[in-house]
Amino acid sequence: MIPEIGHLALIIALCLALLQGVIPIWGAARGNAVWTAAARPLALGQFTFVALAFSCLVRSFVTDDFSVLYVANHANTALPLQYKVAGVWGGHEGSLLLWVFMLGLWTVAVAAFSRHLPDEMVARVIGVMGLIAVGFLSFMLFTSNPFERLLPAAMEGADLNPLLQDPGLVVHPPMLYMGYVGFSVAYAFSLAALMSGRLDATWARWSRPWTTAAWGVLTLGIALGSWWSYYELGWGGWWFWDPVENASFMPWLVGTALIHSLAVTEKRGGFKNWTVLLAIFAFSLSLLGTFLVRSGVLTSVHAFATDPERGVFILGFLAVVVGSSLALYAWRAPKVGLGGKFDLSSRESLLLTNNVLLVAAAGSVLLGTLYPLLLDALGLGKISVGPPYFNSVFVPLMVPLVFLIGIGPFARWKKTSFAELARRLKWALGAGVVAAVVLPLVLGRWTPLIALGILMAAWVAVTVGQNLLTRVRATPGGFGAVPNHYLGMELAHLGVAVVIVGVTLVTGLEQEKDVRMDVGDTATVGGYTFRFDGVTQVPGPNYESRMGTLTVFKGDQALRRLHPEKRIYRVQTMPMTEAAITSNLVRDLYVSLGEPVGAGAWSVRIYYKPFVSWIWSGAAIMALGGFLTLTDQRYRLLLGRRFRARARRGEAAGEAAR
Amino acid sequence: MKARTWIPLAVFGVLVAFLAAGLKLDPREVPSPLIDKPAPLFSLPLLHDPTQAMSPGQLKGQVWMLNVWASWCVSCRHEHPLLVQLSRTGQVPIYGLDYKDKVGDALAWLEQFGNPYTQSLVDADGRVGIDYGVYGVPETYLIDKEGIIRYKHIGPLTPKVIEETILPRVRELNA
Repeated sequence: MIPEIGHLALIIALCLALLQGVIPIWGAARGNAVWTAAARPLALGQFTFVALAFSCLVRSFVTDDFSVLYVANHANTALPLQYKVAGVWGGHEGSLLLWVFMLGLWTVAVAAFSRHLPDEMVARVIGVMGLIAVGFLSFMLFTSNPFERLLPAAMEGADLNPLLQDPGLVVHPPMLYMGYVGFSVAYAFSLAALMSGRLDATWARWSRPWTTAAWGVLTLGIALGSWWSYYELGWGGWWFWDPVENASFMPWLVGTALIHSLAVTEKRGGFKNWTVLLAIFAFSLSLLGTFLVRSGVLTSVHAFATDPERGVFILGFLAVVVGSSLALYAWRAPKVGLGGKFDLSSRESLLLTNNVLLVAAAGSVLLGTLYPLLLDALGLGKISVGPPYFNSVFVPLMVPLVFLIGIGPFARWKKTSFAELARRLKWALGAGVVAAVVLPLVLGRWTPLIALGILMAAWVAVTVGQNLLTRVRATPGGFGAVPNHYLGMELAHLGVAVVIVGVTLVTGLEQEKDVRMDVGDTATVGGYTFRFDGVTQVPGPNYESRMGTLTVFKGDQALRRLHPEKRIYRVQTMPMTEAAITSNLVRDLYVSLGEPVGAGAWSVRIYYKPFVSWIWSGAAIMALGGFLTLTDQRYRLLLGRRFRARARRGEAAGEAAR
Repeated sequence: MKARTWIPLAVFGVLVAFLAAGLKLDPREVPSPLIDKPAPLFSLPLLHDPTQAMSPGQLKGQVWMLNVWASWCVSCRHEHPLLVQLSRTGQVPIYGLDYKDKVGDALAWLEQFGNPYTQSLVDADGRVGIDYGVYGVPETYLIDKEGIIRYKHIGPLTPKVIEETILPRVRELNA
């Protein structure tokens, strides 16, 4: 019964989404206030039914209803509760439902926080988001229904892929989707602006907080994914240039460009066409990512079961969405005027360079991801493109970008003098060079790449500090009066420096050892001694574990015990390596069990990973910076005004009652 | 000036064309090294009579199909009715390789869903599966009169694969 309710709810949601996609847009075009006003209730209604469907699926998982095919394929009675819930998005159908659910959340958020916007604009934005929901809901209902029954019901489920049975997976996909789907808001705003023909500073101001919010969540999502693969895959890598990782990274790169170009559009009225195009690209890449992951045109460690019919549907949908928005752009954009003029040396041109570099980076990642497919389609053979390509293309594009982070905030709009920039930046450059020469020696090894990394990180950190100092001095009221959007920007830039430190040092200074260890044997890696104390059998809820014990010593002092595991999941009989990690600010010690090599001896892999946690902390700092800009006075003011207005209405109602 | 704004759409059109072409290709279709090689030999107990063993050598002189299945495999259930149907037509004998399974479960499963197999062989520890390069259940092999593997299908069979690929090949090999 419950699955049928879920199915029905999806059908109703589709009908409401259709209305939501047509009526408000039509109303806005015709100037019909009643039709425009339908946007918010329709969006809320659509979301309610999607949420109902979502909770039905969660319930089917929690109650082990194996008469539902999707549940039978992705759960098991012995599966711990939190993974039953995470199982909802452990496969194709459920992840789509999660996608639509997130889209609904963003739509409702737009409906709630846009009271200060003209009704027409809101109607168009919500309408466009409704059309996207139509695509995904019909995709689900026609090709990938999560509520399909399995008759007769299975006695027991096939269990969730053991790789996905991990706390990281409970949060990673929702975060990632939240970010992905969040770009639909910026996209919808751009299309609404194109439809109305009013591409102006107000449009940019409205899109900015939404773009930054989506970007922040996507940053966290990507970082969580990277962290998950680091500790779960058992070989200590944190980025693989896997097609699915790239699928989330491309929208991130374009989204980062979009944030910067929106700033120019808002403050200077420039780059309008470009900004619209970026907003379209960011969301199109999110859709493309969905296509790549769901259609099975590329092989990937993340690939779910795929089926060509689904691929055709998503490709068709992608073609309609992106094609129609690019056509709308081609038709409308020539009417948009150019923004204010600017000098070759100005903040505008620096931001333009930033945009070009980021888009070029996204383009090269796209090329690398699709290249195997292009060659295959042209009949030129099967190849795979790996990290060497991505590293050698991506890194050289990022180096100038990082130096721009230091220069940009110093530059003035319109025109800035080289001499002044040079005067301000000489300190940062000096400090950076000193750090690049000295720090690697302190850390034990000097190579040109480590030095370059340190130089970049120090450059960014020092300029951020300088910038902030200048700004605080120039602000009456001091630090407390500096607007949050400014602090957020500096914080995000600082996050980049932290990421660079992590990437540089872990790449340049990590040590690893693959050793055969008998009970009582020791091995020394990175100045730490590891003693192998043997392996014992430990039963888990739905797996059998062989748990190793290693004691870590620094000199003679025992620091702690590590318990790497080798698990066999009972249903899928899949062996899994669970690494044991002990982490502090400056290093991770990472131990994973290999294979038993006879008489209680095991092969053991030990890594010393300096500063690796800085990669994810840096990403978290970047995201935090993004969220900080959202708390800026100017957005809060709007909210505050709304609450005050509501409070006044409340009082008035109270008096009337009295 | 105006023509310039159409560029993104044109580039996107080319991209879609490639993606559409990509859909027809299967990146997982790694040409199996076993195609056109003799089927690896084994001797395994029969599911319905564990005292008897069978090896592919006994099947020389006929075209046969080897279907890797297991009672724990949900996708096998999807293709199972197709196999039952195919076995009724008698066009090609189907032998099952019961992969990493428990004998009791396997027998009950065939009881419930029907038995399309001329014989099922028990590969309890999956060792024969390794020889055949099985990396997911179900998989299906077509083996000719000389005992040479002529075709391999990964994943559940579909009516289309049976009608358009497998049966024509069976006829060709029998000719």
